[in-house]
Amino acid sequence: MSPVTTVNRESELLTESVFEQFQGRHPDLPPWLLQQKRQSWMEYRSLPLPNRKMESWRFSNVRGLGVGPFGLANAINGRSRAALAARSQDPGSYAGRLVFGNDDLLENSPLSRELTEKGVIFEPLQTAFSKHSGILEEFYMAQKSDLGSEKFAALHTALNRNGTLLYVPENVEIRLPLVSRHWAISENAAVFPHTLVIARDRARVVFVDVYSSSEASSRQFACAVSTLYAGAGAEVEYHHVQNWSERSLSFNTLTAIAHRDSRIRAFGMNLGSKFSRNEGHSIIEGPGCNAELYSLSLSHLDQEMDQRTRQTHRAPHARSNLLFKNALLDSSKTIFSGLIKVDKSAQQTDAYQTNRNLLLSPKAEANSLPGLEILANDVKCSHGATTGQLDENQLFYFLARGIGKRAAQQLLVFGFFEEVLEKIDNPELAEYHRRLVHEKFRNS
Amino acid sequence: MKNENAIDIDREKGNFHYDTTYEFDAGIGLNERVVNYIADVKEEDDWVRAFRLKALDIFKGKPLPTHWATKDLENIHFDKFRYYLSKGQQPSRTWDEVPDDVKETFERLGIPEQERAFLAGVEAQFDSEAAYSRMKEDLAKDGVIFVGSTEGLKRHPEIFRKFFAKVIPVADNKFSALNSAVFSGGSFIYVPPGVKVKQPLQAYFRINAESFGQFERTLIIADEGAEVTYMEGCTAPKFETTTLHSAVVELVALKGAKIQYITVQNWSSNVFNLVTKRARAEEEAEVKWIDCNIGSRLTMKYPGVILKGRRARGEVLSIALAGDGQHQDTGAKMIHAADETTSNIIAKSISVGEGRSTYRGQVHIPRRLRGCRNNTECDALLINANSRTDTYPAITVRGNHNSVQHEASVSKVSAEQIFYLMQRGMSEGEAMSLAVNGFVNDLVKQFPMEYSVELKRLIDLEMEGSVG
Repeated sequence: MSPVTTVNRESELLTESVFEQFQGRHPDLPPWLLQQKRQSWMEYRSLPLPNRKMESWRFSNVRGLGVGPFGLANAINGRSRAALAARSQDPGSYAGRLVFGNDDLLENSPLSRELTEKGVIFEPLQTAFSKHSGILEEFYMAQKSDLGSEKFAALHTALNRNGTLLYVPENVEIRLPLVSRHWAISENAAVFPHTLVIARDRARVVFVDVYSSSEASSRQFACAVSTLYAGAGAEVEYHHVQNWSERSLSFNTLTAIAHRDSRIRAFGMNLGSKFSRNEGHSIIEGPGCNAELYSLSLSHLDQEMDQRTRQTHRAPHARSNLLFKNALLDSSKTIFSGLIKVDKSAQQTDAYQTNRNLLLSPKAEANSLPGLEILANDVKCSHGATTGQLDENQLFYFLARGIGKRAAQQLLVFGFFEEVLEKIDNPELAEYHRRLVHEKFRNS
Repeated sequence: MKNENAIDIDREKGNFHYDTTYEFDAGIGLNERVVNYIADVKEEDDWVRAFRLKALDIFKGKPLPTHWATKDLENIHFDKFRYYLSKGQQPSRTWDEVPDDVKETFERLGIPEQERAFLAGVEAQFDSEAAYSRMKEDLAKDGVIFVGSTEGLKRHPEIFRKFFAKVIPVADNKFSALNSAVFSGGSFIYVPPGVKVKQPLQAYFRINAESFGQFERTLIIADEGAEVTYMEGCTAPKFETTTLHSAVVELVALKGAKIQYITVQNWSSNVFNLVTKRARAEEEAEVKWIDCNIGSRLTMKYPGVILKGRRARGEVLSIALAGDGQHQDTGAKMIHAADETTSNIIAKSISVGEGRSTYRGQVHIPRRLRGCRNNTECDALLINANSRTDTYPAITVRGNHNSVQHEASVSKVSAEQIFYLMQRGMSEGEAMSLAVNGFVNDLVKQFPMEYSVELKRLIDLEMEGSVG
């Protein structure tokens, strides 16, 4: 591997040569995977770039998507490796952790023997593709994206080569979180992080994905996909921290599939990227499920955070609840577009969707498209969206006590976010999220 | 035949120049010849003709909005419609020819004998024109202009042209372009400054007086401090084959004016009802759309208010009832364009059988504005297991001290409610009717009395047989 961190500036992601280059670098991919990648690359090339006419891109600033000098990232040198591994401690204690830089494995803190003996698999994808091909052939990119980023999902499938496979067998409970830490390094690098969590029946697990750039001033292209499977009675808690550099362009697709009586809780924290597109699809496959989907976003300067969600209820007697809270500073922009889709067969569904936007600047812009498509009649569904400013009286209270406007705003934003943060059971993780918000305020 | 009498009387009034009955059939299909034909028949000025022809070009160039709207739009065969049909071409019908179930409906709705005849397409022009003329005399004293759009164009071009196609530009959407090309009928109303029209003006009669009004064009201007209420009666069931109704309605409320526009739409279930309705509200003006959709195969209608002046207020109250095979795609648009503007949207929909009701809304508060408020509530009631409802609001908020809240809920009539009522001797159908009427009651109360009574009865009718 090359000791020098460079990025091939000649190649653009839209050119044919990128995929050839990718195949040249990774000659040892299993045939089934190579086949899938070839197909996806063709799909990527044939699908159109998002445009404003597409309903799934409404309000989005689609200019500049998919173009740019981004190219496949090269390997990074040994010194950076150690430095980045040292900077990867933040989420706190863990049961296992993988650290990636430009999709290369930098550090592997494996599971305890006890967990391995129970049959838990926690493996970087680069080795899992051959070692656990049975699982991957069944689950890897098995869910088609259809919330608008089909083109970028295809690109991910074509160029993804690493990430995390977590497989938890029946009845196994893992108390501490499993962490996958992705770094993007060097200017114009394109990275494709992947996470696949499979919790078999009655398994319990907490997984944390953290995405960030090694340098705040660099620009990258990140296209991440995460998929969660919760078997019957399983409990999956998932945290997703998007903190790429603020010049970056990022896509993130999360799919959560809940089988009978399972419980899924997802927490998203959006802080980074110049433009970020988050798509979250929760699919209720079995009765008795409970899916809770939370997200906090803090945007500043000219950041644009585009969030699209869907709650698909295919089975009766299930519940889903979504709460997305956005705080907007400066001339930043957020888009929340959500849809609750209740199939005919999904009677006795309870589904809720709430989007709350807090405008902290007269130039900020919040867009909200909370949608419902209900095909069953015996359901309780509601959505609510509000957009407003900080309460003047509360602000006055602070000012009267000598607390400046900026500090008061911050405190009120923490209060606004706390509704979500207090739902996190693991205090270390909750504290981690709070720290991230603090840091963002300090830098803004 | 009675129908011929009606035409005779029309001819006497000189509103139309019927030479032969067939001369007013523009034929099937849509092209420049048809548009020129309409302009010829109406003896329109050159600028109107040019306007129509340009609109036709725009219509042809625009795709159907199926990237967000229902694919059912693809079932509209624009080449198979007649775009201009004189009264003489209407199916001549006597009361005896009206099907029994329709007669029964009329009787149960309590529609007066005279109107029943009109609704069935008999003597419509005669009766309505008479009623319309009387109203015109009263209003004329106050300087109120209330005429058909064709007449408005001819006699009051100075006012008409100033406001025409300004609120809804030709290229606003495919159907506004279509309307602009072939419009005919509709009302032109001008209320002078400070005049408060006490009686609601009714379009019930007028639209039908001038052909079918399938592409009617209405323009209402309330000058400073004026007030007017307009009621549109598409309460008339129509009995033709699949047809298209595509109206454009523009309201202009100048400083301090108030306009209330009430629609009760009950087309037969083979009508595509694709209507563009929008108002402009200047400083401290108030526009209120009360929109009730019960009929049609597919309705797409989102009455809007552009809140152009400080402290302007817009309101949309909407009720939709979608039965088997119906899709009520309705909603509202509130475009805030001045400080301290407020808007309120309350939408209630009921889906029965395989009916589908959709709420689609837009609330826009741009940068630089202060103190704007919007409240949106949409509630959907699903009656049967295969009923469907969708909600697609779009809310954009920027600026300072603006606040928006949106709430929607979906529910069904609870088994407890039905049980309670049945236990007291009601049939299941009656109980369901009562519960549904209760669901929309707070909105129905805002309708003029005769409409709210009618609406209640229509709901009773629709609910019958929906359960059990």
